[in-house]
Amino acid sequence: MLARKATALLFAALVAAAPSCRKAPGGGHSVESMTVSMAGSTSVMPFTEKLAEMFMIQNPSHVINVQAGGSSAGIQACLTGTVTIGMSSRELNAAEKTLKEIVICWDGIVVVVNSENPVRSLSIEQVRDIYSGKTTNWKELGWIDRGIDAVTREEGSGTRGAFEELVMKKVEISDAIMVQDSNGSVKEVVASDPYAIGFLSLGMIDNRVAPVKIDGVDPTVANIKKKAYRIVRPFLYLTNGEPPPAAKFFIDYVLSKQGQEILRKEGLIPANE
Amino acid sequence: MNDNRAILKDRVVRVLLAGFAVSSILFLFLIFAFIFIEGLPLFYKAGVGKIILGMKWAPTRGHFGIFPMIVSSFMVTVGALVIGGPIGLACATYLAEYAGRKRKLFLKPALELLAGIPSVVYGFLGVIYIVPVVRTVFGGSGFSLLATSIVLGVMIMPTVISISYDSLMSVPRSYREGSFAMGATKWQTVFRVVIPAARSGILAGFILGMGRAIGETMAVIMLAGNALKIPAGPLDSLRTLTSNIALELAYASGDHRLGLFSTGIVLLVIIMILNYIANFVIKRKVIR
Amino acid sequence: MRINPRLVDRWSGWSLNVLTWFAVGILAVIVVVIFVKGIANVDLGFILKYPEDMGRHGGIFPSIIGTLLLVALSLVFATPLGIGTAIFLTEYTKATRFTTILRFGVESLAGIPSIIYGLFGFIFFVIKLDMGWSLISGALTMTIMILPTIIRTAEEAIKSVPRNFRMVSFSLGATRWETTIRVVLPSAAPGILTGIMLSVGRAVGETAAVIFTMGSSLRLPTSLMDSGRTMAVHFYILAREGISMGNAYATALVLVASILGINILAYYIMNRVISRYS
Repeated sequence: MLARKATALLFAALVAAAPSCRKAPGGGHSVESMTVSMAGSTSVMPFTEKLAEMFMIQNPSHVINVQAGGSSAGIQACLTGTVTIGMSSRELNAAEKTLKEIVICWDGIVVVVNSENPVRSLSIEQVRDIYSGKTTNWKELGWIDRGIDAVTREEGSGTRGAFEELVMKKVEISDAIMVQDSNGSVKEVVASDPYAIGFLSLGMIDNRVAPVKIDGVDPTVANIKKKAYRIVRPFLYLTNGEPPPAAKFFIDYVLSKQGQEILRKEGLIPANE
Repeated sequence: MNDNRAILKDRVVRVLLAGFAVSSILFLFLIFAFIFIEGLPLFYKAGVGKIILGMKWAPTRGHFGIFPMIVSSFMVTVGALVIGGPIGLACATYLAEYAGRKRKLFLKPALELLAGIPSVVYGFLGVIYIVPVVRTVFGGSGFSLLATSIVLGVMIMPTVISISYDSLMSVPRSYREGSFAMGATKWQTVFRVVIPAARSGILAGFILGMGRAIGETMAVIMLAGNALKIPAGPLDSLRTLTSNIALELAYASGDHRLGLFSTGIVLLVIIMILNYIANFVIKRKVIR
Repeated sequence: MRINPRLVDRWSGWSLNVLTWFAVGILAVIVVVIFVKGIANVDLGFILKYPEDMGRHGGIFPSIIGTLLLVALSLVFATPLGIGTAIFLTEYTKATRFTTILRFGVESLAGIPSIIYGLFGFIFFVIKLDMGWSLISGALTMTIMILPTIIRTAEEAIKSVPRNFRMVSFSLGATRWETTIRVVLPSAAPGILTGIMLSVGRAVGETAAVIFTMGSSLRLPTSLMDSGRTMAVHFYILAREGISMGNAYATALVLVASILGINILAYYIMNRVISRYS
């Protein structure tokens, strides 16, 4: 019938128009190749935003779009070409190694508790036991008789991945543990619940939460540089092959003295230290 | 001659509108089709039973069990209904049977405005005000079934109120007058005559409220704690089907992503069943 | 021992009253809390400035624009599609299998959770169609979301136009289309408008579907392919990450005020319809 033919045509037109909305390869539109899209780790993202803010002030024709989503999300988005630069806070696994990795800085993972919590020093085994579900009450650790409200990150988180590799080793994190999907939300939970414990990026520590010594070592930048504090992971920028010029310009800025100084001020460890 | 042009125009318009209508269908069905097409293969691959009844969700390691999340979704829904249902019904009853015209004019829209508040705002306020209270008064971390149920209960109240109100109002006046004529008090009339007469509509309202609760995502992510185990009590943390999709969507790939579509299918099926039951319940009333 | 029915009567009436005011009270508390805590940070600067330091300082201008653009674009797609479909269903066809299928589709989409739209939109538009996190991905997803509501309310509004209107128009020699556009639609306009505004209210408050399709970039979206935030998304991120409680409340204030404003406007229009036909 005529109506059916007409509608088929309409739909075909719509479908045909869709591909023209596709992003040009490399993440920028062909008109404005000064746009760089980035996505990934919630640990890396706030610092990337800061770098981007500074960068865009100095280079007003450039635009950097930053999304969060978690390290695995960033890696995925980079692999599929959805973004130009992926951000990761963990090492890549074998399947992901096809991406080009650039270390922009180093970051420690800090175990934190609420400021009302007097327990400020734990051994790595104790942390492992908390997260595996073996230790469930604060009284086992010398505090009051109250359940431990442990918080972890979601499975795709780079922070969690690094935590599992460096702290949990082969032990699984228990199913009964609460999950939050960003550094910020973990910090919020620990800051508001006196009986909570969580792990965060060192660069995000502020006076709302209290860091915990691991095996007697304070999680500080100095101790990381001394290699005394070992729970450290790289912040990576990932590109699918060589980065396009606009992206490279930004990456060079991040690796430059100015960029690294910004990161250092934030509590991260510059790439070459 | 003018006539012919008008008729031609009419025909052209008819085709155009048909085109719009079909495009609408296609868009609408696109979403169903896509979710089902993407999600069904995993059911074949991993086995329907293993997915729906499986207890472990670790998709990167081949475990796709969503049973704990199905249970959690239901618990949160029932909890919301326990809190929002009776209060909602009470409000609807007051509005329909007791409130004068002026009050009704003010109260009804006010209660409906509750539906306009975004779920993220509910979640936020719940985290700031309800979670700490649950933690201090009852124990646990506060990110719990209880806190989630309370907030969701408030969120589904407008749905329950709206539908219950409509069904109460559609009870014929003669029912009430007959009851008064026999000497019943207002409450006796309302409680023993009007509400039972409206019960299928009220039930439908409850069911649709359930549908709303089970589909809620943002508030639940903020309030429920997202632990993967079946909650042993109202103070335990839990993860619903919706939260699971939202937490893992951004980075899931391969089978993991298919697992999320399978979760989506289960959600869709549950909600469609609820919608169907609600419609069925209402239709029964009309026939009667 | 039987309790005096008169006592029960008075007591029950009173408790229903209390419960209802309690429920309204919840709304009042929500609005008041957001207002009181948010007003400190809301000023002209807040609305017009860009966010600084991830939103810790500065304003929410890009998210306001992002919200407007997303909603406007979605309406551009959904309104003609939705009203056209409604007109077709009511004016141009009888009940056939085609219309039953269409109605079934519209009804089924009624209760779909927003995360499903997010799941669909993310995989289909952002990834498979390679549109990335963008206004267009968000708008297309949002269109599908509000389409059922627009179709349904438009259909009801059109159906409630009295038959004589059409009869008179036909008897004067007008074609169906002329009748539709000159007689039926103008009468149904307030009802249709209400439906559209309610959809807008919903779209403005939507988060799950938007964050996965339009993304969460802090920049001002300047093209269809740009990512951006809506107020709801910005609020969610501020609140969750604890970036700034003050700004979170302020954003919530602007957000809730907009939605309440839209809803109240919709009521006003709807009341005019009711008073016109009763």
